[in-house]
Amino acid sequence: MEFLSYLARRSISMIATLIAISVLIFLLTRVMPGDPARLALGTKATQDMVEDLRQRMHLDEPLYKQYYYWISGLLHGDLGRSLYSYRNVTQDVKEFFPATIELVLFATLILVTVGLLFGILAAGYKDTWIDGAIRFIAYAGVSIPYFLWAIFLLLIFGYFLEVMPTGGRLSAGVQQPPTFTGMITIDALVSGNLPALLDGLRHLILPAISLSTGGLATAARVTRTSMSDNVKKDYIQVARSFNIPRNMIMYKYLLKPSLIPTVALLGMQLGVLVANAFLVELIFNWPGFSRYGIGTMLNKDLNGITAVVLIVGGIYIIMNFIVDLIVAYLDPRIRLREA
Amino acid sequence: MAREVSTGLESVQRGWYKFSRSKMSISGLCVVLAIVTLAVFAPLVAPYPEHVGTFLDFSAVFRPPSFEHPLGTDYVGRDVLSRIIFGYRFSLTLGLTVLSLVVPTGTILGLIAGYYKDTWIDTIIMRTTDTFLSLPPLVLALAIAAILTPNLFNAMVAISFAWWPWYCRMIYSITSSLRNEPYILLADVIGAGKIHILFKEVLPNCVSTLLTKTTLDMGFVILIGASLSFVGLGVQAPKPGLGTMLANGTQYLPEKWWVVIFPALAILSVVVGFNLLGDGLRDALGVEEV
Repeated sequence: MEFLSYLARRSISMIATLIAISVLIFLLTRVMPGDPARLALGTKATQDMVEDLRQRMHLDEPLYKQYYYWISGLLHGDLGRSLYSYRNVTQDVKEFFPATIELVLFATLILVTVGLLFGILAAGYKDTWIDGAIRFIAYAGVSIPYFLWAIFLLLIFGYFLEVMPTGGRLSAGVQQPPTFTGMITIDALVSGNLPALLDGLRHLILPAISLSTGGLATAARVTRTSMSDNVKKDYIQVARSFNIPRNMIMYKYLLKPSLIPTVALLGMQLGVLVANAFLVELIFNWPGFSRYGIGTMLNKDLNGITAVVLIVGGIYIIMNFIVDLIVAYLDPRIRLREA
Repeated sequence: MAREVSTGLESVQRGWYKFSRSKMSISGLCVVLAIVTLAVFAPLVAPYPEHVGTFLDFSAVFRPPSFEHPLGTDYVGRDVLSRIIFGYRFSLTLGLTVLSLVVPTGTILGLIAGYYKDTWIDTIIMRTTDTFLSLPPLVLALAIAAILTPNLFNAMVAISFAWWPWYCRMIYSITSSLRNEPYILLADVIGAGKIHILFKEVLPNCVSTLLTKTTLDMGFVILIGASLSFVGLGVQAPKPGLGTMLANGTQYLPEKWWVVIFPALAILSVVVGFNLLGDGLRDALGVEEV
C-alpha cells in the first residue's frame, strides 16, 4: 500500500518533469537569437523561400500554438523533418538508436560487474595491498576523463598493439546479421552468427570500457564505503559471534543492504552514460545516436537537436524514476520518509 | 572584535596546516599554480608565440618531439608546446568566466529560494532548477552552443546555462536548513533587512562549501569546454583550444602520436590538478560533501 502511494507520487513528479523539459527545450530552440528558418536555409536562400519555410514550421504563429503543434506531433511519435537533410527525424532516431543502446548496455554491464567486484574486494581486504591497488585504479577512473580513456585505449590497443579494431561496429568481410533489434551482438546471437557475434563484441569492448570508467570507479568506491560502514553494525557482530562463516556473512548479510547506495548511483550513471556516449562514439567512429546528434548540432538542424536533447533527457528522467522505485522497494525507510 | 580576527586567522592557519600535510593537495596546488603561471605569461613563456594563429610552415610539418620543438609540430608546422600553453589561456578564461557567471547567479537564487522555502518563490525557482538538472549538463551545453554561433564566448554562455542549477540547489539546501536557526530568527525579530539576513547571516555559512565546489568545478567546466571544442562547438581554429587540438590530432593517429598525446595530457593535468586541490580544500575546510 505504502509502496503504491510512493509509486503514484513519484509517477506524477516524473510526468511533470518530462513536461517541464519539453517546454525548456522548446523555448531554447525558439527564443535563442536568430531565425530558425533562415538558419536552416543558409544565407543564400531568398526571402521568399525563408517565408515559405516559416509558414510550414508555423514560426509566424504565437509561441503557445507552436508548442501545441510540436507536442501533439511528438505524442504521435512524429519528431518533424530534419531541416538539413529533410529526412524524417523519427526514422533517423530509430535507425541510429540501437547502436547507442547496445554500447550503453554493454558499458553498464562492465560498470556493474567490475565496479561491484572491486568494491567488494576492497571492503573484504580492507587496508591490504588489494584495497590500495583498487583505490588507485578507482582514483584513476574518476580523475581521468572518459574521452581521454577512449583516446588512450584506442592508441594502445587499437594502434600500437593492434589487438583491437579502431572503430565501427563490424569488420569488413564479416557478414552482417539480419536486423531484429538493431543491436549487432544480440542479432548475431539470435541468428546464430558466431563470427559476427565475436567481431561485434571485439568492436564493443574499447568504447564500452572507456564509457564505463568514471561510473565504475564511483561504484567501487560507494560499495566499499557502504560495506565497511555496515560491517561495524551490531547485526554483523552478532552474526560473527554465532560463528557464521565469513563468506556467508559477506554475501548474505552484508552485501544486500550495502548495495542500496550503489543502485541509487547506477540510476544517475545510466543517464550520464548516454550523454557521455557523444564523445566516445565520435572517437570510435561508432554509428550511433550520439554521433547523429553531433551531426544535427554541427548542421544547426533545430528539429534534430530538439529530438536528441529530448530523448537523452527522457531516458535520464525515466531511468532515475525506475531506480528510485527499485531503491524504495529495497529500502523501506525511503518510502516512509517521503510519505 | 579583536578576538574574532584572531580566531579567523587561527582557523586559516589550522586549515593550511591540514592542507599542507597532504602530499596530494600540495601536488594539486603546484600543478594548478604552474598552469596558471604558464597561461598568464604565455607570450613570454611559449617558445613560438607566433604559432598561435594562422601560421604556416610547410617545411616543418609533423616534426616529432625534438630539442627545437619539445612536443613536436602539427599538420601545418606549428609548435605544439606553444599552442598548448596558449590553449591553457582559453581553458582558464573559460573556466573563470563560467564560474564567475554561475556562482553568483546560483548562490543568490539558492539563498532566496531557501529563505522563502514552501512559498511560491521557492516553487518557481526550485522547479526551474530541477528541470535544468534533469538534463545532463554536457548535452544541454552542446545543444545551446549549437543553436548559437559556435565560438569561445557562446561556449561559455552555453556551459553557464547548464551549470548554475548545481549552485542553486547546493545553497538552497544549506539556506533552508539554517533559516529556522535561533540567530536568524533573532535577526529578523530585531528588524534586520532581508538582504542583511541573506548576505550577512546566511551566506558566510556557505563560504567554505562554495570555495570547495568552485575549485572542483573549475576542472569539470574546463573539461566540458574541451568537450565542446572537441566536437567543434567551442574554440574555433586556428585558435588553439585544447579540445580542438585533440580532435584534429586524432585524424593523424597512430603515426603522429604527439599531436594527440600532449594535448590529452594537457587536459588531464589541468583536470587532475583542480580535482586534487579541491579535494584538499574539502578536507582542510571540513566540508561534508559537495
